[in-house]
Amino acid sequence: MSQNLAMTVNGRNVTVTVDDPEMPLLYALRNELGLTGPHFGCGLGQCGACTVHLDGEAARSCVTPVASAAGKTIVTLEGLGTPERPHKLQQAFIAEQAVQCGYCANGMIMQSAAFLARTPRPTEAQVKEELVNNICRCGTHPRVVAAVMRAAAQG
Amino acid sequence: MNAINMNRRSWLKASGALVVGFAAGGLPNPAAAWTEKPVAGDQVAAFLAIDQEGKVTVYIGKVDLGTGVRTGFMQIAAEELDVPLSRVRVIEGDTALTPDQGATYGSLSIQVGGVALRAAAATARRELLSRAADRLGVPVAGVGVEDGVVVAPTGRVSYAELVRAGGLELKVDPAAPIKPPNARRIVGREIPRVDIPDKVFGHAGYVHDLKVEGMLHGRPVRPPRMGAVAEAVDEASVAHIPGIVRVVHQGAFVGVVAENEWSAIKAARDLKVRWSAWAGLPDQTKIWEHVRASQVAQVQVTQERGDPAATMTGAARRMSASYDFAIHTHGSMGPSCAVAEFKDGRLTTWSASQATHNLRKQLAMMLAMPVEQVRCIYLEGAGCYGRNGHEDAAADAALLAKAVGRPVRVQWMRADEHGWDPKGPPHLVDLRAGLDAAGNIVGWESEAFIPKGAGGNVDLTAAELSGLPRESLQSPGNIVHNLALPYALPAVKTTCHRLETTPFRPSWIRTPGRMQNTFANESFLDECAAEAKVDPIDYRLRMLPPEETRGREVLERVARLANWQKRPSPQRELAGEWVTGRGVTYCKYELVRTYIAGVAEVSVNRGTGEIRVTRFFCTHDCGQMINPGGVRTQVEGNIIHTLSRTLFEELTYDRGAVTSLDWGSYRVIAFPEVPQITVELIDRPAEAPWGAGEPAAAIVPSAVSNAVFDATGVRMRSVPFLPAKFKAAAQST
Ligand code: FES
Ligand code: FES
Repeated sequence: MSQNLAMTVNGRNVTVTVDDPEMPLLYALRNELGLTGPHFGCGLGQCGACTVHLDGEAARSCVTPVASAAGKTIVTLEGLGTPERPHKLQQAFIAEQAVQCGYCANGMIMQSAAFLARTPRPTEAQVKEELVNNICRCGTHPRVVAAVMRAAAQG
Repeated sequence: MNAINMNRRSWLKASGALVVGFAAGGLPNPAAAWTEKPVAGDQVAAFLAIDQEGKVTVYIGKVDLGTGVRTGFMQIAAEELDVPLSRVRVIEGDTALTPDQGATYGSLSIQVGGVALRAAAATARRELLSRAADRLGVPVAGVGVEDGVVVAPTGRVSYAELVRAGGLELKVDPAAPIKPPNARRIVGREIPRVDIPDKVFGHAGYVHDLKVEGMLHGRPVRPPRMGAVAEAVDEASVAHIPGIVRVVHQGAFVGVVAENEWSAIKAARDLKVRWSAWAGLPDQTKIWEHVRASQVAQVQVTQERGDPAATMTGAARRMSASYDFAIHTHGSMGPSCAVAEFKDGRLTTWSASQATHNLRKQLAMMLAMPVEQVRCIYLEGAGCYGRNGHEDAAADAALLAKAVGRPVRVQWMRADEHGWDPKGPPHLVDLRAGLDAAGNIVGWESEAFIPKGAGGNVDLTAAELSGLPRESLQSPGNIVHNLALPYALPAVKTTCHRLETTPFRPSWIRTPGRMQNTFANESFLDECAAEAKVDPIDYRLRMLPPEETRGREVLERVARLANWQKRPSPQRELAGEWVTGRGVTYCKYELVRTYIAGVAEVSVNRGTGEIRVTRFFCTHDCGQMINPGGVRTQVEGNIIHTLSRTLFEELTYDRGAVTSLDWGSYRVIAFPEVPQITVELIDRPAEAPWGAGEPAAAIVPSAVSNAVFDATGVRMRSVPFLPAKFKAAAQST
């Protein structure tokens, strides 16, 4: 039985029609709404590639049933900032060249953005602790930390 | 790119490219090769097109794989042609458009691919200048180029005008003069990578993001035991899932296709299959006995000088040890993904394949199609670090698309990736050395036990499971490299026992063989230095051949960079729970190119066996650097990736299948475990450019092992360096 779920995504009110309310939010974002910023990495909540903001908090969209996002406000990497109006973390990731293949970058940026909103002046150790469940296989870690510190320094 | 432009042909036509003669649509001619432009590697037009607006398109057979090498290719073309970087774009790894330059592996993209591109660009520039000189009525020596416009005292003419008057059907002249170092403005500079902005704004256009009209979603259903076949498939078990289109079953190949991705995932999860029994894997706890007992297909001596057996017999001291390196998975962040489409009897696949030209032949073979009717297109994927599952996902997608008659996108689940990507094979090395009374090595023998095969094609899993044609090749990469030593020893013999079989389908993972052999050599060498009571850097410098000035330089510079205190290992302060130490490693990649040295600093908890790498220093000489920023990030990535492999990574398996199927059971490095990394790049603009994508990885495991020994007196001879292994080694020390 398909059902309609209303939610706010990147500032737009959208309705997603699903035939399984247990479907993870990630597939609604990528396949129904065309938002490919969040990536499928593990589907298990282990790697961070799928991270979005759900009512301002970083959430793993691969293990978030789409029905539980109904009525909520979702921001994806595309909604965080744009080339015209970049978020300070997006600028900092470019400045620090903190991306190799970039498959993890969505999670790194979205996790850090929610973190900085809460902890505007973190230490490096706090940044590393915050990102402890975000995996990068290409080895961008020091640059990611530098980018988050750079963004934090901008206030 | 903001949306993936599916129709490259129309884009090419719109750009009015100088390359001429590509097919203008219509039904394919079965006899003709499916190419849209010249792709023969000796033609300038295979590599370059200049359109009527003066825009340059680079066609390159090597692909980015997340390394940033695309930016390097742009720099090379922009430099030789004297056009701004913004006027260059790159098309990679499309069998209909790009030359076949072999697989993207072995740190050869710049060294081979970039040098070929440079020759093509230099040939084009010479031709354009000579045409311009004719037109402007001056000798060639009297013209210069500014931003794609040829300038002479008598006037100016743009590349755009020159190509409007005639194409560039030229043979590449490898001797065409390239810009001397002092004339370079773009090459050698730290240009920001062109792909990063799209990646941070969510518009990168990975293969995972591709949508083709009418596309369905497929998932393979792999056997729960690697050699099992599907005896019965109960299609009714998934018939209730909305949008299910087809269950495909051929031998041990099983897959599902659905209208949407979630339905495909559920169907793959819920499908009831009766699988046969199979338990053909060795006992993991006895893997090294298994390796030693495997049948030897070939014995390969990679270095032989003097008579080490004799010199060791007469030596003052004799040493021996065995080093082993666990089976690893590539563990890409993004599981392998591909889209396949059959149209008018032709097959197109999109994937992040390292080797689209090879994949094309493999798919044609599997499907019994003429190779001319297959086109394989590279799109960016997650970093793969070698031949992972991209090609296999393409084969899965092709089989499923063929079965349903519509385009199919396949993305593996995490367990498919960890369970079924080809593995870095187990690697075992026995070493023996003899030292004279002064501690000098007088004889050295090593024997590696490693699978046979080289860097050819890795069989497609779908072909193997379904019983369709395949080459039946075993291709672990060129894993014999660097067993031979870069030192001047009086007597040495290094031997590879190439094994007939290895437990898992092997392939190369970043620095295949060179890493494992360097781990064994440089750790064992450290054992000799400790036995000789000589400082480990001095010991190496003493043995370097005098002509190796570049090798000497990386070692001397890393000593300064790390503020290395000269003394023999181990250090003497064995008080307290945590102790610290430092270890060094030197490598000349494959003994013919990139020089690297590294120093690791560690803290070791002698009670728990926990090893923390606190700092890592690296000096790196890869000759000319096209983009030092790109080299630096590759070196950092090499170090971090390899620290993860060295400290944590190990495939686990039972007698039927891989059991480390997620990031919990296949542990990798986390942010707090990444050390401070200091890299010093040595630039040599007048030398040939060598690779940087792998060499720095080779030095990591032994640098850490040597540091642990320095801290504790305990020798780690088995990767990964898990706490339990430290405790066991400490007990037997
Ligand atoms: S894909 Fe969601 S955490 Fe890995
Ligand atoms: S940049 Fe490739 S996984 Fe992080």
